[in-house]
Amino acid sequence: MLKGKKVIILGDRDGVPGPAIEECIKSAGGEVVFSVTECFV
Amino acid sequence: MFPVIKGAAYTLFHCPNVLIDHGTTQTVERDKNPASEYLKKLPAHLRSFADCVAYPPNQTYIGALAAKELDAIPKPWYQNGSQGASRFAQYGEVMPEDEFYGVMKLVDSFDLVLLEAEFASEVRKKLEQHPAFQGTDLSKLQKTSDRAAIKELVDAHIAEPLRLGDQLVGCVRQAHETDKALTAHIIFENLAAMASAVVSMRQLFLQSGLDPKQVDYIVECSEEACGDMNQRGGGNFAKAIGEVVGCSNATGSDTRGFCAAPAHAMVVASSLVQSGVFKNVVVVAGGAVAKLGMNGRDHVNKNLPVLEDVLGGFAVWVAENDGINPIVRTDIVGRHTIGSGSSPQSVMQAIVTDPLDRKGLKITDVDQYGVEMHNPEVTVPAGAGNVPEANYKMIAALGVKRGELERAGIMDFVAKHGMPGFAPTQGHVPSGVPVIGPARDAILAGKIKRAMIIGKGSLFLARMTNLFDGVSFVMETNPGFEVAKPTGIDEAEVRKLIAQAMRAMATSLAEQE
Repeated sequence: MLKGKKVIILGDRDGVPGPAIEECIKSAGGEVVFSVTECFV
Repeated sequence: MFPVIKGAAYTLFHCPNVLIDHGTTQTVERDKNPASEYLKKLPAHLRSFADCVAYPPNQTYIGALAAKELDAIPKPWYQNGSQGASRFAQYGEVMPEDEFYGVMKLVDSFDLVLLEAEFASEVRKKLEQHPAFQGTDLSKLQKTSDRAAIKELVDAHIAEPLRLGDQLVGCVRQAHETDKALTAHIIFENLAAMASAVVSMRQLFLQSGLDPKQVDYIVECSEEACGDMNQRGGGNFAKAIGEVVGCSNATGSDTRGFCAAPAHAMVVASSLVQSGVFKNVVVVAGGAVAKLGMNGRDHVNKNLPVLEDVLGGFAVWVAENDGINPIVRTDIVGRHTIGSGSSPQSVMQAIVTDPLDRKGLKITDVDQYGVEMHNPEVTVPAGAGNVPEANYKMIAALGVKRGELERAGIMDFVAKHGMPGFAPTQGHVPSGVPVIGPARDAILAGKIKRAMIIGKGSLFLARMTNLFDGVSFVMETNPGFEVAKPTGIDEAEVRKLIAQAMRAMATSLAEQE
């Protein structure tokens, strides 16, 4: 589903952080063009 | 021997005018769009001091309302204020803004806080009656300034205003003409952090009976940085706070780690006491002005009161083992290491289960978890969800994965081992530490045996690393001092008895000769 797609990641510190989502995207063949983790509290 | 927690104090400061003038959501909005609709609507959404005091989560924070009682109050909590609520409670107080300005003046060593004469006189009368300020020197409140002179400094943008409604009652001046680390804005934030920490320390002395002169060391763990342009975070809040509250035999230092700093500070304080370096260490932090009204835009858009109208503070006394107070199990300290990884599972494993595993304990062996205790009534309308509940669910999910509890039991675990969020969104303040006081009381009352306090911090916000941080420690029932029992024959005693017998025999033989 993500093969060859460019992906922007907005991670949540108290949910799933950016680097963890990044690993999933890469393993699914997506290209991470921007990844950030934000703190919403 | 493990150190103990001998007292904990918690304070709130109702600061609606500071929110408007100095909270970053508002200052950024004012810079971008001075005619902003949000800024126009904001004043109508601010609460009175009485409403702030009666707000059930605030009553829980200062110890007047148990977390379980808070859970039973129908939501929205802001429409169900506690009847007859007092600003003072067993852990501390909610201080009104005028008194807080007075304390900012009291902690100022460089004449940077200017207060108008009539206002200063009224505040002095109030602080003279304040239980935590009895016998303290209030003479700085007699040194006052002309209102016109204050206005001139504010209009020239070299001082930040102190307002009460539409009245300008004082200001905080810049501490240097060109040093960007000593601007009026930074001095304002630092003096506010210091003043709120000072009230927290005074409340700790009042509640626990700790003599300021007994304090050996202070670990300050707020989110501010004090210094000058050559050492921007040089420090040191700890010693400055200790000086104001009369800890003449103490020194101290500042510990930083975003919201995880208080948990780090507790580990440092506990280690200093257990190692015998110091006997009495106080961990303290004041509030973060920048975070006032942080989610105000969402609250106004949803026609709610702006609930982030308080600064928060706390102080905890860590001392030598007395055989009574809850111990800090320094052998059950969790830490998210540089190599831990960032997935939710690896974070919780590093902070929660790794330290428990080292002592053969299960997740369910901890009766109470203190996680990110943010008040959900603040965070849910802003889209950040119910933070404590999410954290409790993650711990429970890890328990399910480890086979320590059933999947169907997750919400029961949350209800039994958790508590509702009740702390203001002041960053470091909600991060585990609000649970230290209630957990200490519950352990002393025999209601629970063990609590884990968890601090988490967003290190990536400083743009030095992408890493996240987390530290935890365990509080536990004090087993008391064991009385040494005889464990068999004492070799030294036997030698002594034989020597006495031989001496007696020699004497007897000598006499016979």
